[in-house]
Amino acid sequence: MPRSLIEVDNLSFGFRGQATDLVEGVSLALNRNETLCIVGESGCGKSVTALSLMGLLPPDATRISSGTITFEGEAIPADDFRRLSTLRGDRMAMIFQEPMTSLNPAYKIGDQITEAVRAHRGGSKAEARDRALQALEQVGIPAAKQRLGEYPHQLSGGMRQRVMIAMALVNDPSVLIADEPTTALDVTVQAQILDLIASLQDRSGMGTIMITHDLGVVAQVATRVAVMYAGRIVEIGTAQEIFDDPQHPYTIGLMSSVPKLTGPRQRLSTVPGLVPTPDRMPEGCRFATRCPFAQSVCATVPPLAPVAGDHRVACHFAPLETRLEAV
Amino acid sequence: MLAFIGRRILVAIPTIVLISIFVFSLQQLLPGDPILAMAGEERDPETIAFLREKYGFNDPLPVQYVKWVTGVVQGDLGISLRSNQPVSELLLQKLPVTIQLAIMAMIFAIAIGVPMGIVSAVKKGTVLDYAANLIALSGLSIPNFWLGIMLILLVSVKWGLLPASGYVPPGEDLWLSIKTMLMPAFVLGTALAATLMRHTRSAMLGVLKSDYVRTARAKGLKERRVILKHAFRNALVPIVTLMALLFGELIAGAVLTEQIFTIPGFGKLVVDAVFNRDYAVVQGIVLCTAVGFIIMNLVADAAYFALNPRLRKQ
Repeated sequence: MPRSLIEVDNLSFGFRGQATDLVEGVSLALNRNETLCIVGESGCGKSVTALSLMGLLPPDATRISSGTITFEGEAIPADDFRRLSTLRGDRMAMIFQEPMTSLNPAYKIGDQITEAVRAHRGGSKAEARDRALQALEQVGIPAAKQRLGEYPHQLSGGMRQRVMIAMALVNDPSVLIADEPTTALDVTVQAQILDLIASLQDRSGMGTIMITHDLGVVAQVATRVAVMYAGRIVEIGTAQEIFDDPQHPYTIGLMSSVPKLTGPRQRLSTVPGLVPTPDRMPEGCRFATRCPFAQSVCATVPPLAPVAGDHRVACHFAPLETRLEAV
Repeated sequence: MLAFIGRRILVAIPTIVLISIFVFSLQQLLPGDPILAMAGEERDPETIAFLREKYGFNDPLPVQYVKWVTGVVQGDLGISLRSNQPVSELLLQKLPVTIQLAIMAMIFAIAIGVPMGIVSAVKKGTVLDYAANLIALSGLSIPNFWLGIMLILLVSVKWGLLPASGYVPPGEDLWLSIKTMLMPAFVLGTALAATLMRHTRSAMLGVLKSDYVRTARAKGLKERRVILKHAFRNALVPIVTLMALLFGELIAGAVLTEQIFTIPGFGKLVVDAVFNRDYAVVQGIVLCTAVGFIIMNLVADAAYFALNPRLRKQ
């Protein structure tokens, strides 16, 4: 069995009519029973990266420049939407940010889940329904049997997200991609959903890619973290490495913008400036325009180079000591 | 569901009362005197007085109104001043003809407009989309009478495929009846198809962007199923509402087409009645059309209700 469930190699794509790639040179790997968090501010390309893994980008509006997605040992070109579409919902599943609008209001919960079963497994309606019932029970929905016959509007947001999870996991996928699954939910419900995903992961050994901008969520669930900025991965490592020893100036900025409960009160620090728009991407390091340490060398693209073990950083001045010397 | 429909019917009652007052006052407001028209060239004062008395024109207006409404409720819409036939009988004769025409036109409109709307939404910005829009635009801008005449010239006169005009009741010869109605229904249907196409397109465009369509794709469903089951089912709500309203319009608006194809329907009755100042018939027609519209509105509401699970269980 291959070590990684999914391995993304040098994925670059943009939208038609735009010269610059929106996401550039993204490489990452996800192992069994692991949660990889992709963090970054809105517009950094984390959600579209997830959609591209699922082959869910609109084919007629997307321009895939390069990239291979190796799924359980099978290398699939990133522009092979057809192959990716046969994996999704089956081996790879996805849940979304908005549970309120992600279920079809016109159909019963049960029908929407059984449909996912029958699309990939075939079989009789009754079998699929049994499977749907199991899935609902698995995600902790009370009175699951009755819920099968209900419409989405009869459920709360948290319950709907549970239904989405049940639907995603009904075919036992090996990879779950969760795009900000808790952003739209109350904090208490948020914790429940994260716990649920973690416990389902423990049971099945699936790998989870969690897209989020919430570092609290990251701290709670991440095994490894990839930090994205303006379409590139700028730092990737274990959760501990990223939290305890952030190396990229952007990651450092991100970490220090989180309010702390202990220590003296002080103003929250922010990263000055704005993310460059796709038509105004700087030539070299994309963070250079906002980076306090930027030097002339930053006009060339820094490689994502290891600083220690699997901890890799895309900065000319990594590890940190080099940068401090340079300033 | 029943309570909802019941409420709608209650709301419709004041509308009908208002319409009846309006319809009744039509007769008073319109220029021209029907009695004079009936009395003919000689205008013998005695005859005129006799006719006025006979048709109740001498009573005060409210009395005339109450008499009229009482009759209407009992199905008595008065007597045609021209043909001396009861108006309700005339309506019952003509209405089925126009309803048949409207149903067939609607079938054309749906069969052409809805698939074209779906395709142009799914293939937005492509040649197919532009072609569909062009066809819709021509459907809207080509006048019915011109299209009708062209069809008669080509299909009937030149190729001899379909009868050029007339009407055969479906009870008499179903196939011939459908064949005779084919061209007029097509002519009426094209303009509606264009409207339906535009609405289907915009409804589909909205729905295709929704999160649940993305979810359906994420489940790995075939694109065909995503579009027809998940997207179209939700786009259907406004489309069905529109269809019901368009159907009401068809009944009232087939005047020109019925003239061209000499179909003895509702439209022809309207034209004749207006030209003859046959007020009782005009009143009957207006009332009947208004009630028809109200019924179609109810149908639209019921359809909206049936298609929308969010409303059903409240």
